[in-house]
Amino acid sequence: MVITDELVTYLEALGRIKLPEESRAKAQNDLQEILQYIDTLSELDTEGIEPMSHALPLTNVMREDIVQPSAPADEVLVNAPAKKDSYFLVPRSFE
Amino acid sequence: MNLESMTALELGAAIKKGEISAVEAAKFSLEQIDKYDRKFSCFVTVQDDVISRAEEVQKKICSGEYISPLAGVPMGIKDNMCQKGIQTSCGSRMLYNFKPTYSATAVELMMNAGAVPLGKLNMDEFAMGSTSETSWFGATRNPWNINCVPGGSSGGSAAAVAAGECFYSLGSDTGGSIRQPASFCGVTGIKPTYGSVSRFGLVAYASSLDQIGPIARNAADCAAVLGEIMKQDKRDNTSVETRGVDLQAVLNADVKGMRIGIPTDFFGEGLDREVAAAVEAAAKQLESMGAAVEKFDMPIVKYAIPAYYIIASAEASSNLSRYDGIKYGYRAENAADLLDLYTKTRSEGFGMEVKRRIMLGCFVLSSGYYDAYYRKALQAKALIKSAFDRAFEKYDLILGPVAPTTALKIGENLADPLKMYLGDIYTVMINLAGLPAASVPCGFDSNGMPVGMHLIGNYFDESKILGAAHAYQQVTDWHTRRPAGLNSIQTI
Repeated sequence: MVITDELVTYLEALGRIKLPEESRAKAQNDLQEILQYIDTLSELDTEGIEPMSHALPLTNVMREDIVQPSAPADEVLVNAPAKKDSYFLVPRSFE
Repeated sequence: MNLESMTALELGAAIKKGEISAVEAAKFSLEQIDKYDRKFSCFVTVQDDVISRAEEVQKKICSGEYISPLAGVPMGIKDNMCQKGIQTSCGSRMLYNFKPTYSATAVELMMNAGAVPLGKLNMDEFAMGSTSETSWFGATRNPWNINCVPGGSSGGSAAAVAAGECFYSLGSDTGGSIRQPASFCGVTGIKPTYGSVSRFGLVAYASSLDQIGPIARNAADCAAVLGEIMKQDKRDNTSVETRGVDLQAVLNADVKGMRIGIPTDFFGEGLDREVAAAVEAAAKQLESMGAAVEKFDMPIVKYAIPAYYIIASAEASSNLSRYDGIKYGYRAENAADLLDLYTKTRSEGFGMEVKRRIMLGCFVLSSGYYDAYYRKALQAKALIKSAFDRAFEKYDLILGPVAPTTALKIGENLADPLKMYLGDIYTVMINLAGLPAASVPCGFDSNGMPVGMHLIGNYFDESKILGAAHAYQQVTDWHTRRPAGLNSIQTI
């Protein structure tokens, strides 16, 4: 698997990040090295092995559906970088 | 009273007996922080309510409300656990000003037990790293050698205990982040079974692997902390009911008749000779105490790091998508539109290691690569779990090194991420399998840097691990040694 400049750009877009221009080449190289190492996994015979997401058997956790107050808006909005009245303020997203 | 050499349980007992007050203990810790933290940078935030909290705790100890053996003992908290009203930054610019409106369950449980929190401990950004150098607030130093890293990601949590700035701390472990820094700093730390400590209020890195646990001076202190925080929590659906940790059983444990397995694959290429020697000597010690020690093969070891970095990065890329500059934390200025706001905020708010893992995670989950990477890693995870299941049919505990080396020099691995990842070889597989494991001091290398042995147990066998560690610590003194740079005697 070769990490091309186009792939780096694609991954930046997926992750909603942009690498600083001066560290792009190194990032590309680092990703290439990491991926090359990770590719050793392809040697492992996993034929017929069920992928496992949790090591412990977990059953669905159910609880009573009880109405509870949500966190107070003014408390939550203390951390908002920008707000107006009791809302988060964002750049215009519709014309 | 020599507070500097006291364990958390000894201090808790002295407070209970009235030999020292919680307020005096808190003042002592604040003085220690004042004295040492300029050198080691363990804390990113020191709370301004430490004394008033200690006064409140002292009252409630006197009135019989707080009965925990740790009531009144000052603790430190890794900066990725929410604490109401206290800045929780996760070592990141992205959360440089974030003050949670609620506390993590583990923090709350310790508060209910009468803990006196001192502040927040430095860490690798979003717990991604093995050196605590990726923190936006700067690197933490190893109290044993200021030119060395304390390990990571819970580097502040381990270094603060080693420096005597707090009596115990809470850390978190996704791929070794409690055990490796505990090993590098000569202190004892344990990652409990996945699900046994609630993750509610722990800032998520890789949710299927993240687990909170204690770092302290010895195994008994770790058992006391686990005794308080191992509780099922409705607010974390992956939290499970456990049999908890029985402190008395840990204190009374011995290793006679215990079957201990040593994977030969833990002693392969890349393992430092002196680390190997210290761990082998610890195995001999346990054998002389009556344990039956035997070597066995575990060839799956070599696939643990690839599987881990695929799964952890995949989950990180999803978990960290919440940082968008809108609800909390850092927000970039002069964004043209919404998408530009997201991208600018994340590019300026995240450091390089976080960006790298987000990109790697996006890659392994992206269309066309999912099966070859992510699905394959989950299959490897299943094979790793079954390898451990087979081992625990034969052994009570598995023993090995925690890390292939002792603490590295500052900057040594920062420019080479793959080299840093390879240092996680022994720890990451424990998280993949969801097992409990501890790091226990077992020697020093020729440069005077601590070595930790890895004691791995079967699911919910925290008491067995800590019991064996406690028995070992009754006949060895590695865990009681202090860094030479610290003043040895401090009496009040």
